[in-house]
This record gives sequence, structure tokens and C-alpha cells, in this order.
Amino acid sequence: MNHNLTTVAMPADAFETLQLQVSEDVMVRPSQSYWQDAWRRLKANRRAIWSLYLIVALLGFAFVLPLVVKLDPESQDLTQISQGPSFARTSLIVDTAPWAGRYADHSVATNTRLTQLQLAQEPHTESVRLFWQPVHGAVEYQVYRHILVPSGLLDLGLPLGATQYPDQVYYEDRLKLKTDPYYYSVVALDAGHKVLSYSSLEVTPRHATSYGDALRRGLIDNSVAIGAEVALPRHLLGTDQLGRDMLARLVYGAQTSLFIGIVAPLLFVALGIVYGGLSGYLGGRADEVMMRFADFVIALPFLLFMILFRVAMGIESGESGITPMLIALVALGWPSVARLVRGQVLQLREQPFVEAAQLMGGSSTYLIWRHMLPNVMGVVLVSLTFAIPSAIFTEAFLSFIGMGVAPPTPSWGAMCNDGIKSFLSHPHELLFPALLISVTVLAFNLLGDGLRDALDAKMKGE
Amino acid sequence: MKQFILKRLLSGFITIWFIATATFVGMHMVPGDPLANAKAMKPEIRKNLEARYGLDKPILQQYGIFMGNMLQGDFGISFTQKNRKVNDIIREHFPISAVLGVLALVIAAVGGIVWGAITAVYRNRWPDSVIMFLVVVSVSVPSFVFAMLGQLGILNLNNWLGFSLLPVAGWGSPSHMIVPALVLGLGTMAYLTRLMRSSMLEVTSADYIRTARAKGVPPLRIFFKHQLRNAILPVITVLGPAIAAITTGGFVVELVFAIPGLGRYFVQAVQQLDYTVIMGTTVFYGAFLVLMVLVVDILYGFIDPRIRVGKRGG
Repeated sequence: MNHNLTTVAMPADAFETLQLQVSEDVMVRPSQSYWQDAWRRLKANRRAIWSLYLIVALLGFAFVLPLVVKLDPESQDLTQISQGPSFARTSLIVDTAPWAGRYADHSVATNTRLTQLQLAQEPHTESVRLFWQPVHGAVEYQVYRHILVPSGLLDLGLPLGATQYPDQVYYEDRLKLKTDPYYYSVVALDAGHKVLSYSSLEVTPRHATSYGDALRRGLIDNSVAIGAEVALPRHLLGTDQLGRDMLARLVYGAQTSLFIGIVAPLLFVALGIVYGGLSGYLGGRADEVMMRFADFVIALPFLLFMILFRVAMGIESGESGITPMLIALVALGWPSVARLVRGQVLQLREQPFVEAAQLMGGSSTYLIWRHMLPNVMGVVLVSLTFAIPSAIFTEAFLSFIGMGVAPPTPSWGAMCNDGIKSFLSHPHELLFPALLISVTVLAFNLLGDGLRDALDAKMKGE
Repeated sequence: MKQFILKRLLSGFITIWFIATATFVGMHMVPGDPLANAKAMKPEIRKNLEARYGLDKPILQQYGIFMGNMLQGDFGISFTQKNRKVNDIIREHFPISAVLGVLALVIAAVGGIVWGAITAVYRNRWPDSVIMFLVVVSVSVPSFVFAMLGQLGILNLNNWLGFSLLPVAGWGSPSHMIVPALVLGLGTMAYLTRLMRSSMLEVTSADYIRTARAKGVPPLRIFFKHQLRNAILPVITVLGPAIAAITTGGFVVELVFAIPGLGRYFVQAVQQLDYTVIMGTTVFYGAFLVLMVLVVDILYGFIDPRIRVGKRGG
């Protein structure tokens, strides 16, 4: 690089004297409205924002997913009942012809103990075929099936049956088999029904469908032979005790639960604003009477009256009561919001800016819409956010004790109620709906906390 | 003070009247007919039954009789259980619910105060974070899940020990009560912990604490004598509503643990549309709750003299 400095002659008039600039102090922060400010504060709260995302995701799960994927919450897949979550599952196509069996001449048997309890073929859910060596002196064999390890002769489980002939040394079990492990026991008895010996065997059948059944269900066509493996309908989150798809039921259950959980609070908060606002605005005697009534409604035992409403509307147990539940939630939920709004309105009425607006000739409508409502909205929004989880809880609780949404309509609470019966053997039926309820409630609670801090809403009077 | 109690008693009485009326109106709005559950019957039998339950009288007279009986503490006869008085049902099953509820409330109150105080003392350090996380979880998980987990816990404990330490379900001995009461009190405990924490934090920055510190009062004395005592006050106010939450929350726990309490009975009565039992139980529960709130209010008046001066509402 060159550093050629050239000198240029400059005339004096090329210069100009600068004026002294007095710079005023400028506020750099743009003026923000109450809501912009609150939004900025909320965004700084990471937990609240994540909860917001989660709520959006849950709403998508409930209302957008069924539009994208075809889900059927009511059709039953009887070949797959109470199956755990899995991505793929296959079934063996089998013949259902009875087994010819095995016989052995019992008079020449030398075994004193029952030995070699064996399987004649791969066990599957259509049939389990057992055979064994004959026992000396035995004329009858009894077969038992247990879902636990047998602890002794008196704990062999479900008696399946006994052999018909002394020479018969086989048994075929076709009784409602599942893909769970079973413990089969065979007991040898002599002519006097005395137990000679017994033996047990653990068997885990694989999933199978009979040929005729598979054809009827449309799993296979005529070209598929016996012994082939076919893929079963996919159930990502497993199935419930009636063979219904858990994912579909969770999605439609979310629709029910979120519908009640969000619409009911929206309605009763709206009612509360009108009632509380009116009470606070009117003041005096009317205010006193209105608030006394609200106090009475608050004093009603909430859950009892939720159930009572159901009875009063003539909903019998076993019938679905989404609308009664909604009405009951609204009828019992509004007073706390009304109290809150009234307290706020009473406070606002004394504020200088309201007085100023009044003095400048603002009409009542203007005062309410311009000053009262926007200032009350913060508190209302927070109480709405907290009302949603409690409404979801109420729905779940009522459906759980069988007083809410009834089958076949799915709801998270009702699903929990169904799932609790088989919690030990099929935990996923309770786990998924319970988890969704918990996550939803948690998200709304955390968002409510965040909103309360961001809006700086003092929840006085609640 | 006397005036305050009288005023509260009067309003409590009116509230109970309101609850009773609301129940009566609700039950008589039913489109169905209370005797529809019974088998097809001859008109004469039906007439007799209606006369027995007073259903043949005009509605206003029925209301009068209902209120009159209620005032005498008589809730009538059950529709589905022959010759069983609602009073007897309540007398038999309510004490069970009450024992469970009181136990749960004690657990909730003691736990809430202790945990709340701990979180406030260790503010923003790990004990605070851990406890507050557990609190958030406790208020987000439905009570029936906790009931199930509690039962499962007992089962596993018994299996692990090899003998039955705690019964899985039922009622009768103190060992039946521990886990159900714990499950029942959990939600309220979480709520009280939260309340106690914020109350403690508010008190910590109060002037009188600073004064006490400046005077050189030992820290432990400040904690127990000044901080804790003042912070407990707001916790006591919510005990009334907490009793309400615990008594009605008892339904689920009673169902899961097969406890023969009144809550379970109420659910059963609703399923069988046993009108007198439903009405009687609702009014009884309502009156009980109003009474509890009243007791807590009066108690509060004794503890905090500032409340006594009739400054209420607002």
C-alpha cells in the first residue's frame, strides 16, 4: 500500500463555524402501553413462556391433530385389548381346527412323577397345546392356569378342566388367552382322586388370529396362507380395555376436557365481570344486595352442588352430562370473579383519572369502556388463567367418580376412571390421561403465576 | 366482639337457609319422578308411597314441611333403603369422614406451616426450590392419582416387608387412616405452603422485625416470636375454605380406599337417585361448612384484635 500524502491548498471560506448545539435530553425508551409492558415482562419469565408453548401444543394436539390424522376413538379392535404402547405389532394367522391330541397307554407307564410337561407347538393366543408323559397309576389329569408363579398345590390358579380318558396325556387351552405369561400346571390323580404328582410350565403365547377371523376383519385376503404373519392396526399409545385406540381417545378426550376447562371459565368470568362491574358501579343498596347473593352462592358446597345440578337436570348415572356440567360450573363459578371485579371497580372509581374523565364530561359508557374495563382486565385475565386448571380438575374429578362425562364419550377424567381398574396390569391406561391432566394443569398454573407477576395484579378480594 | 359474633351467626344462618332452599328447588326441578326407579306399581300403592314421602301435597306446603323438619334436625326417610332415616345415615357415616378430614387438616396445616417457613428461610436456595417444585407438582396432579399411588405404595411396602404393615383399604384402626389422610391433605398442604411462604417473606421485611434485630434480639427468638407468629395469621383465615376442600375432596379418597364415609354415601345416593338422602346430605354438608367458616372467623377475631372492629367486606 502506498502512503502518498498530497497537500491540498484550502481557501478560508471552505470552512464554516459550527453553531453550538444544545442537545436536549431525549427519552430513548419508547412509551409502551400497559399491555406491551406486561408482555415484555411475561417474555422475560421463561417458565411462563414455556407453559404458553405447552398450552398451544396441547390445543394443537386436541383440535388440529384430528384434522391432520384420521383418528377413531370409538371403534374397537378386539384382537388387541389393553395393549401397551408400541410402534408395530404382528399377528400369526392360524388354523382353528381342534387338535387330534396325544395318547399313551397308562397301564404300562412307569413314571412315578409327572415329567416332561411340554408344548406341542409354538403357543399363541388362539391355542396352547400341552402334553406330558403318563404317570403310573394315574387315570385323570387336571389342568390349571395361573397368572402368577404357583406357590404350591393349593395355588395353581384357574382350573381349566380335566382329561376325559385315562390314556389322554394332552390338553388344549383356548380360553381367552392373552400375550401375558401364564403358568400351566398339570396334576395327576389316581382312581381314588388322590394327587400323585404335579408339574408346572411357564408359557407366553404370541399374538395370533384365526384364519376366518382375520378374513372377516379384513386383515388378510385369500392369498395369505395359514402360518403367515400379518401386521395389526397400529396403536401408538396402545389400546384400552375395550381395544380402543388410546391416542385417538386421548385426543378426543382432550377436546372434551379442554372444552369444558376453557369454555366454562370464559363464560363465568364474563358473567362475573358484568355482575361485579354492575354491582360496583351501582353501589349503595343494590351493591349490598347483589354481593350478599354472591356470598351465598360462594357458600354452597361446590362439588355437592355440581353433582346436584346433574340430578336436577335429570341426567341419570351413565348418561353424559357435558352441558349440565358447563351450566353448573358457570352457575357456581361466577361469584369469586364478581367479587374481584367489584373490588377493582370500587377502587377505580376513586382514582383521579376517572374523576378527571368524569369532570371533562365523559359519559358512563365511555368511562366503562375506556377506563374501567381495561384496568380490570389484568386481574380478570389472571383469575381466568387460574380458573381453567380448577375447571379441568373438576371435570376430571366428576368423571372419575362417574358423575361427569359417561362412556362412550372420552374425557381425560373418564379415561382415568376406566384405567384405574386395570392399573396394576396395564398402567398405561391410567398413566397417559393422568399425565395429560397434570401437564395441562401445571402449564396453566405456571402461566397464571407468570401473568400475575407480569400484570402486577393484586388478587385482592378473592 | 359480641356484636361481631352475633352478626356472623345471623349471616351464617341465612346462608344455611339459602343452601336448603337451593337444594329443595334443585331437587324439585327434576323432570323425572322420584318413584320412577321402583318397579311398575299399582296406582293405590303409588298413592300410598306418595303420601308416605309427602309428595302428594302442594309444592309450597312440601317446602314448609321440609324447612320445618330441617329446623328440628329431621331429614326424613331414605327412598331406597327401607325405613332407614337420613339422620341415622349421617350419624353413622359422617364421624368417619370427620375423623379422616380432621386428620388430613392437621397434616395439611402442620406440613404447610413447616414447609412454608423452611422455604422462606432458605429463599432461592435449594431447599426452597425443591419444596416449591413439589408444591407445584402436588397441585397439578389429580387427587385420585395420588390416592392410587398411595395404595400402590402400601402394597409394595407390605410386599417388601413380607407382612402387612398398613391395610390397603377399609376402615377401623388408626393404621387405616394414615395414608388416606396424607393423600387427602396433600393438595391443601401444598396450597398452605405457598401461602405461608409468601406470608413469611412479607413479614421478614416488616419494620418490627428490623427493630427487633436492631435491638439485638436473638435470631431464633425473632423467628419464632415475631416472624412465625405473624406469618401464621393469613394461614388461619384460609382454614375455613380448606375444611371445605378437604371434606368434599374426601369423596375420591373414600372411593379409592373403600372407606365407609359420608362422601361415598352421597355419591351412591346420587347414583340411585335417593332424593331425601341427597337433600339431607347436601344441607348437612352446607351447614357444616358454614359453621366451620364461622368458627374460623370468630377464632381469627380472637387471635387478631384488628379484625374484631367490624371492618368487613371490601
